[in-house]
Amino acid sequence: MALGRKKISKVEENIDNIIKNIPEEELFGFADFDEKAAERAGYSNYSYWRSTFTVFLKNKTAVFLLILIGVILIFTFIQPLLPGQRSPTEIFNDANGVQIRNMAPNSEFWFGTNSIGQDLWSRVWSGTRTSLFIGFSVALSEAVIGILMGVLWGYVRKLDRLFTEIYNILDNIPQTVVLILFSYIMRPSVSTLIIAMCLTGWLNMARFIRNLVIIIRDRDYNLASRCLGTPTMRIIFRNLLPYLVSVIMLRMSLSIPMAIGNEVFLTYIGLGLPPSIPSLGNLINEGRILMTSEALRYQLFFPAIALSIVTISFYIIGNAFADASDPKNHV
Amino acid sequence: MLKYSAKRLLQSIITLFIIITIVFSLMRLMPVEGYFQNFEKMDDAQIQAALKSMGLLDPLWVQLKNFFIQLFHGSLGKSLIYRPNVPVMDIIADKAPISIIMGLVSMAISLLLGIPLGTAMARSKSKFWDKFGTAFIVFITAVPAAVYYLLIQLYFTEWFNIPILFSLSDPKSWILPTLSLALPNTALYAMWLRRYMVDELNKDYIKLARAKGVSNKDIMKNHVFRNAFVPLIQYLPSSLLYTIMGSIYIESLYSIPGMGGLLVNVIQRQDNNMVQALVLIFSAIGIIGLLLGDILMNLMDPRISFENKGGAR
Repeated sequence: MALGRKKISKVEENIDNIIKNIPEEELFGFADFDEKAAERAGYSNYSYWRSTFTVFLKNKTAVFLLILIGVILIFTFIQPLLPGQRSPTEIFNDANGVQIRNMAPNSEFWFGTNSIGQDLWSRVWSGTRTSLFIGFSVALSEAVIGILMGVLWGYVRKLDRLFTEIYNILDNIPQTVVLILFSYIMRPSVSTLIIAMCLTGWLNMARFIRNLVIIIRDRDYNLASRCLGTPTMRIIFRNLLPYLVSVIMLRMSLSIPMAIGNEVFLTYIGLGLPPSIPSLGNLINEGRILMTSEALRYQLFFPAIALSIVTISFYIIGNAFADASDPKNHV
Repeated sequence: MLKYSAKRLLQSIITLFIIITIVFSLMRLMPVEGYFQNFEKMDDAQIQAALKSMGLLDPLWVQLKNFFIQLFHGSLGKSLIYRPNVPVMDIIADKAPISIIMGLVSMAISLLLGIPLGTAMARSKSKFWDKFGTAFIVFITAVPAAVYYLLIQLYFTEWFNIPILFSLSDPKSWILPTLSLALPNTALYAMWLRRYMVDELNKDYIKLARAKGVSNKDIMKNHVFRNAFVPLIQYLPSSLLYTIMGSIYIESLYSIPGMGGLLVNVIQRQDNNMVQALVLIFSAIGIIGLLLGDILMNLMDPRISFENKGGAR
């Protein structure tokens, strides 16, 4: 209390000193209208994206994982270009022409070799590249289809009833079943896997977008835009979609690990990629066959660890971003 | 309520019909190898004759009509490669009970584990249990199931000296499959129960109860838990789907003679009729699960009304 009083008297002293130096006319005269000062009063320093990033950067784990994923992503691309890297599909023979099978990790083969003598280090990186490619393509195409359908569904009133009924029917179909069915019918390749996963994945995105579009489509500013004759396309792109960016990013970052997991699942039940295209799914599957022998377990562990790092990172980054983009958490 | 249930039932039936039609039509696109046991040894005329006798050369809609008629008589056709000429229904009748028992046991286990975990997490906000539970949930939901199913099978069988493969007579061999099958659902229940309980704890009537001097235990038991438990019912259908998907992994990992393992087996042998039948059965289970979940939800919580959902705007 005593300290508080001291501070207050100090402040009072300061103010007295300042006032003393100002001439009397200025102190009591009329102030002119200052446009800049008036604008500053009505201006808030708040920026949605800056606040989002500030909140996101506070989450140290998520930032660390984001950097990690960035490094992994870049490295999957530059790894084949580095000197001394082996091809992921080449079979290596020793001096006698015998395949170097199941060699434990050493300085020559960093992650060892697999059962037919291929270099596991380059296979794991190549597999990560395939799996990430599948994940990103699925997330991207789901986003495109989902946004298109979601905006139509939410914005065009006449379609709402029809789309809702269709959604109710489609949503009842278990996604696993669709996935199995389509991969069974189509020949396994990277593109067919992506198509099979996109067939079901966009439904969720479309529903999220639709619900949000319905909430904001009749807000006053949109009503005003419509009255002023703004073209519908412009309303959708300039007024609606910027509000949905955070939801879209969240869904995308969560569907990447989902797609990677689905690839592992399909490979496991025998509908995945052929071994000539390494992916995390078929590397794990190859490792599984050998896992009963303790010395060969590294063939399961390396792809499993790569898979876990990638999926956990995307999951945590997605959730952290969702928290950060929620204006309730902004300061 | 009745009106809603009837509408919902109708919707499910329509969905089922659409799925059957789509699955059946798509299956006709498959190469014909999947209909014969010894395809390589047959010549063209034999193949054509056999296809004709199976009715596969008829126009699609005739085949579809025949399939539906068959279906109403309770038949899904005959297995072609897996066990030639044995009706699919008989094969599945052998395998279904064990899958159903295993699924139910694992769902019970997941409730038994998930509810205490969720409650503990809600009570110890940002202390040990909350951190432990969050790590567990992130791991289980983010990492593909294959990885931890494999690791559990690999290490737990070694540490506890449990046989690596399943056998009906050995109760010890039941532990790991049901436990692994329960893990995804445990995470699901714990995550949502924690969230609902924390929401409930922040409400005003809890503050009132505290101010009145009601003990913490009573608040948790009589107010928070009761209100937070009801919405969990809506996750019943998705937990059923997790169980189906998990059973496909688990049954073939531990070689359990159930439907999930059977699906992997017939996919690898390309037995078209069996794949078709199993896909239909799995989707029917999924649809029934969703239907039951919605109706249960409506029964348990009268505040939720689905009846004027479409016309509300």
